[in-house]
Amino acid sequence: MLRPVAITGIGIASSQGQGRAVHAALLDGAAPVLDEVRFAPYPVHPLPALPFEEAIPRREMRQMENWQRLGVYAAGLAIDDAGQRENVAAMDLIVAAGGGERDWKLDEQILAAQPDEARRHRMLLDGLRPTLFLAQLPNLLAGSISIVHNVAGSSRTFLGEEISGAEALRVACARIASATSELCLIGGAFISERPEVLLLFSMGGVLHQGPWLPLPARRGMVFGSAGAFMTLEPATTAKAPIAILRHVATDQGRTEARPARLAALLAATPERQPGCMVISTASGAEAATRDELAALGAPPDFFSADLLGHLVEPAFPAGVALAAIAIAEGRAKQVLVTGTGQWRGEAVALLEAPA
Amino acid sequence: MNPRIAITGIGMVTALGFGAETNWAAMVAGRSGIRRITRFDTTGMRASIAGCVDLPGDEPGRPLSASARIEKLGTAAIGEAIAQAGLAPPPFDGPLCIGMPPVEVEWPQRGSFGATTYPGLIAAAAGQEGFYEEFLFGGAATRMAERFGTKGVPQIVTTACASGASAIQLALEAIRRGETRMAIAAGSEASLQPETMIRFGLLQALSTRNDDPEGASRPFTLSRDGFVMADGAGALILEDEAHARARGATILGYVLGAGEAADTFHRTRSAPDGSAIIRCMQRALDDAGLSPSEIGYVNAHGTSTPENDKMEALAVRALFGDAPPPPVGSTKSMIGHTLSAAGAIEAAICLLALRHQMLPPTINQADVDPDLGVDTIPVARPHAFRAALSNSFGFGGQNVAVIIGAA
Repeated sequence: MLRPVAITGIGIASSQGQGRAVHAALLDGAAPVLDEVRFAPYPVHPLPALPFEEAIPRREMRQMENWQRLGVYAAGLAIDDAGQRENVAAMDLIVAAGGGERDWKLDEQILAAQPDEARRHRMLLDGLRPTLFLAQLPNLLAGSISIVHNVAGSSRTFLGEEISGAEALRVACARIASATSELCLIGGAFISERPEVLLLFSMGGVLHQGPWLPLPARRGMVFGSAGAFMTLEPATTAKAPIAILRHVATDQGRTEARPARLAALLAATPERQPGCMVISTASGAEAATRDELAALGAPPDFFSADLLGHLVEPAFPAGVALAAIAIAEGRAKQVLVTGTGQWRGEAVALLEAPA
Repeated sequence: MNPRIAITGIGMVTALGFGAETNWAAMVAGRSGIRRITRFDTTGMRASIAGCVDLPGDEPGRPLSASARIEKLGTAAIGEAIAQAGLAPPPFDGPLCIGMPPVEVEWPQRGSFGATTYPGLIAAAAGQEGFYEEFLFGGAATRMAERFGTKGVPQIVTTACASGASAIQLALEAIRRGETRMAIAAGSEASLQPETMIRFGLLQALSTRNDDPEGASRPFTLSRDGFVMADGAGALILEDEAHARARGATILGYVLGAGEAADTFHRTRSAPDGSAIIRCMQRALDDAGLSPSEIGYVNAHGTSTPENDKMEALAVRALFGDAPPPPVGSTKSMIGHTLSAAGAIEAAICLLALRHQMLPPTINQADVDPDLGVDTIPVARPHAFRAALSNSFGFGGQNVAVIIGAA
């Protein structure tokens, strides 16, 4: 017998600021926060100043770069929002992660020197900081969350761009539903202002160039900076459920069959009532976004990428967090969240107001 | 009541060779796969030795990328496991759960555009879709998933050196939840590229016994000085026992249970009292419904670092209480540390040991650390036992233990 699953805490920090109230206000329509200059021709939604030092001891801050700091910070917001500080020892954790920051200065020194192999290795040997390796490893976001917040249950980190965030949520939800976890923290972080990240996705030809445009009007991704975490608990014992995570499903396969998989995922979603809000976490990558919008039929109420920028791994969790906020604010009784990976993977979630 | 999870196929690639039985024969003979790295220039690096699996296409100075190597090694191990399970050809009616390291654009690619700044590089590399698909985190596993026709989203997991064991745990849980009747649990590792070697070297984690490659990985000895990086991949086909029986598959053994515990102490060190790794082993025992006395062999994490081996021996002794612990071996002495693949490879080694009723050795035991107080199995020997415990402890404090049982 599966247990209903509740979202009981939300930690979100983005280019728009931090916390539920700031992000609830976005649902009235909000202008994106943008930096169109620093990485031109690629606009980005930049990371705002956040009081990391209030949440993360100085000693730990030094072991991280901003990607891990942002994730650790947002995870802390979720733990506090759920009032679960006292239960972190038994809290399970699933993070969807990319990699951490490279040393861009050193990279550019090497690029400029155009060294042979041996000299390149010498420059790396002399230039790399030992701690940077730990700041780069994807699983060290989870490791840092465990160290800073004392989260000591199970710990898994999923890789694989957008679909890793959706799969992390699906597995977290399934573990609560099947009574193999009583409390799970799930989420991730992404930072747009990173040249090595822009490099990879530029290679794919999936980035929007030029002045920012709303998602349906462009053919490419505009990255955002955000950390998004949620706590999940069995709805039957949750003291203050924010929303019920009624359904999460994912699929993946070859791109030719993507429209069919999206249609099947939507068909298998519990019935949508009139007034169901729809939030699309579409990336903006052309083919995947086109397939998602076609599967939805009608335009969604919101594109999370228009509010926050596209967030890759935490894109789907952030969309679900916005959905839970919409329910908590009484703006909807039911919210459908959809997501299609820029390269692979499809996901849907249905959230409902607690009884 | 949880279904018993049968293992119906295994596959393995390490520096000792391709194929589970090839590896087993080499391990029982006490052979080392550690050698000097020839794939790239190691001048100035602290370590110049590794458990190298050199592939066709790897040319000195122009090796394949880590991502391409992960795909090739993983494909070999998974293909072997599927064939043994009698489940070829595709599609495979379950998910791929795979431990993998992070991958990224590497220097040969970065340097191939002649750009001298990041903006220049980003512009010059625009539209290089081959590189994009090669270096996406989801790339290699997705290509493996599509080759073998697995179902749904490939669960690509990284918990550093515990990743392969985490993959087993994810597969086990998916079967227990009834989401699938079978799953591939694998790990594939090929981080052996210059920048990663340099980074591990800067952490002072690697053995520098460069003049004695075969003697460099020496877990539990007084002279252990760090781990030896290694390429490798391991795969297991896990299956609901009833499903395996119904289709007439040969059951090779069982995954009896798994446990994990995050350590909140430090990024690269265990809590000094070993509490997190004890908790993880205890949880695996609880999950399997076994008492410590039913474990006949511990395939240790046994990295050959001063810190790990001391902590692990202490934790194993604590787990077994007043009773002497069973033999504790580290097959990393022969294949090196395959990082993200280690948990999958070593679970498969436990299965082979159970099937052969033989313990693989920990080689290079000339100066066993007497303070550790464990039987490290200096030479392979016959052993009657029904269950083995495989430990995997990751950087970042992610610890997983898996228990493998005899058929």
